[in-house]
Amino acid sequence: MSTTAAALAPAHQRYLLEARQMQALSFAVHIPLVCFGIAFPAMVLFVEWLYQRTGDEVYRTLARRWSKVMLALFAVGVITGTILSFEMGLLWPNFTGTFGGVFGLGFAIEGFSFFMEAIFIGIYVYGWDRLPGRLHFASGIPVVLAGLSGSLMVISVNAWMNHPSGFRLVGGHVADVHPLAALFGNAYLWHELVHMYLAGYIVTGFLVAGVYAAGRLRGRWGRYERAALAIPLTVAALAAPAQVLVGDWAARDVAHSQPVKLAAIEGLARTTRGASEHVLGWYTDGRVRYGIAIPKLLSLLAFHDPNATVQGLDTVSASQRPPVNVVRIAFQLMVAIGTLLALFGVLYLVVRVRRKRLPESVWFYRALVAAGPLSVVALIAGWVVTEVGRQPWVVYRVMLTSQAVTGAGGIPVGYATLALVYIGVAAAVAWVLRRLARVPLHAAGGD
Amino acid sequence: MMHLYDVPLAFALVGLVLYTVLAGADFGAGAWRLLAGRGGVGERIRDHAHHSMGPVWEANHVWLIFVLTVMWTAYPAAFGSIASTLSVPLLLAAIGIIVRGAAYALRTGAQTPRELRAIDGVSAISSIVTPFALGAAVGGIASRRVPVGNATGQLFSSWLNPTSGLIGGLAIATSAYLAAVYLAADAERIGERELAQAFRARALAAGIAAGAVALGGLAVLHADAHPLYRALIRGSALGALISSIVAGCLTLMLVWRRRFEAARYTAALAVAAIIAGWGLAQHPLLLPGLTVAQAAAPHDTLIAIVVVVIAGGALLFPSLGLLFGLLLSGRLDRDRAQAPSGPTGRALLAASAAGLLGRGAAVALVMGVGFLTIAEAPWAHIIGVVSLCAFIVLGFAALAPTDAGLPED
Repeated sequence: MSTTAAALAPAHQRYLLEARQMQALSFAVHIPLVCFGIAFPAMVLFVEWLYQRTGDEVYRTLARRWSKVMLALFAVGVITGTILSFEMGLLWPNFTGTFGGVFGLGFAIEGFSFFMEAIFIGIYVYGWDRLPGRLHFASGIPVVLAGLSGSLMVISVNAWMNHPSGFRLVGGHVADVHPLAALFGNAYLWHELVHMYLAGYIVTGFLVAGVYAAGRLRGRWGRYERAALAIPLTVAALAAPAQVLVGDWAARDVAHSQPVKLAAIEGLARTTRGASEHVLGWYTDGRVRYGIAIPKLLSLLAFHDPNATVQGLDTVSASQRPPVNVVRIAFQLMVAIGTLLALFGVLYLVVRVRRKRLPESVWFYRALVAAGPLSVVALIAGWVVTEVGRQPWVVYRVMLTSQAVTGAGGIPVGYATLALVYIGVAAAVAWVLRRLARVPLHAAGGD
Repeated sequence: MMHLYDVPLAFALVGLVLYTVLAGADFGAGAWRLLAGRGGVGERIRDHAHHSMGPVWEANHVWLIFVLTVMWTAYPAAFGSIASTLSVPLLLAAIGIIVRGAAYALRTGAQTPRELRAIDGVSAISSIVTPFALGAAVGGIASRRVPVGNATGQLFSSWLNPTSGLIGGLAIATSAYLAAVYLAADAERIGERELAQAFRARALAAGIAAGAVALGGLAVLHADAHPLYRALIRGSALGALISSIVAGCLTLMLVWRRRFEAARYTAALAVAAIIAGWGLAQHPLLLPGLTVAQAAAPHDTLIAIVVVVIAGGALLFPSLGLLFGLLLSGRLDRDRAQAPSGPTGRALLAASAAGLLGRGAAVALVMGVGFLTIAEAPWAHIIGVVSLCAFIVLGFAALAPTDAGLPED
């Protein structure tokens, strides 16, 4: 039965770029919501735990209000996640049709994570004051765990696309398929998972803290607001410096497994011994112009040896290179924002440790308002590096994106429709979050 | 005789049944909100339709994701063929799902009756579009209009045809019928006699309509999808069809006699039997010229997906049981809220403990740099990542405000 599997064939698609953009749009909408799925439940649970320890009503109010936001964002995450699973077939039927048997399992397990998350988020949010305290707290724990297992599964598929193994390709069919080895026996998985998981805490932490920072700038600053700001900010401030180290690890893994992606990230045209690192600048005619070159730094960072040889874009033909400037600028943007956020986090930690209070400068709070959106930009930029940097491959060195795409017509129509719907959803989410924020504190206890 | 390659398909059909009877009821509830009208009773109908779905809404919709992931893992080529040929109805369904979900999220923030009406109006339209589009897609598969290949079928006639129209219409009618039965049961449970009466009338009307569409549809299948028709009227598929008719009639009788709680289950059974009948009638052909055996993924993948579904189910069904148990016993109802019991006040973290945690965090950070950034062996990286996580957790424990009155000065 395994040898008779039918295969689809590549089809010509005029609107390949639009198909890729439609997919990218759907990811860009979904990924920030994923961050909240990863990190927000843990923060809400921590606040509830504080309430159970201290009996302080402030924490109870805070946990209840946050859990409403958590539920609204999770609902939107369910639908944007559903769209992504549709697009696996709508846009890339030949990818799914050929390799579904290899990678599909990861999504199937992720489906169960999603279930557990959905079930217990329902019990948790609707169970306030209806379930006994300890039981209610316990009902939130599966939500946190499902956030971790869900991201493990999705990232395992992405890591497989970047570093495929666990199968052979014989005449367009997969053979010798070992799905567990393909998904979880992949060394490329771990840096991606840790990088994304930390990003979840950074984005959620800075965005949530940023809301209360904006409130402070307008004079809303009581015990409630201070707690609501300090808790997520402390998480993000600790995770941001750690993320710098994890990012460095990720880049070294990329250097080993995907040298062409690294060459695009750095704008390195020719294979070079003792390669320099270029900061800023624009890649054109085989070199980075207007950039600042730091000699030997690239070799040192990528291989821990200032004289190591770094492969250039010239190791593959021009048709097998990703668009250099897109990847390079996205990478620099991510690194720049990530570094700033790490420094900002350290600043906050120093004030907290040495002065045992929150910072007072109005500029600190202005920066905090900006940190949330900036962290989202860094998040998206990081995914651009991973995904655009893998182009023109959908499965690295196995299947081209142009071979994966659907042969169906009407992609521009679908793309435009989806973009309009997402604009509507974004407006709706903004409206509902403002509404939830405006409910007076004393009324937030009930619903 | 069931082979290994049939098992994931059976799982997917069970998932489809659960999606239809759970999320279908949600779509139907949306449609009833549209028809609820203005005024006091209309408002209460809409409110009831929203609140009785609230806690289970997300979980109900995950069943569709389950069906999709099982299909593309176990029958990748069939999934690719179906999704590429039926791209239009699937995109329509997807957009309907987005709008429905956004409306659900929006309702948490709505305050005035006018806002609620507007949100319900939008959500109700999507509640009709999505069941129709998904039903039309099923009709395309059932009437053999989806060939194997990358978008090799017709873009429009694959889902705009008599069979698709029939199954799309049936999906709308079934959703409305299920929703009315469930909502009547919920209203009865919370003692809202008037509401229960309103939904009883709706359940009877929708049930008769759904039954009429289903029976009249046999004529459509006879003309438009003759192979399916022939398979449906014999063997085990016929058994399923008869079960559906019996369960449907039983439901009408139970609703008539106000036995709503029992009607919940017979109504779901009637719908499940139709889907089972389709599966049996079409077996062993998945798509024209492609049997289930030919479409199936390699052996190791099939074993893995079966194990995953069984293991996942062992986790999932007790959890779902807990959720629906709480919901149906009324423990999550709005009027069940009690004043929180005062927790026992305990001492806060001692300052010396915080200092110790802070030092621990610093040590963990140094270890993280050493093992993750400087060392190169994979085992060292594991220690490095664990150290960094310890840095974050210990640092948070040391610094998180345990008293909300964190002094500003």
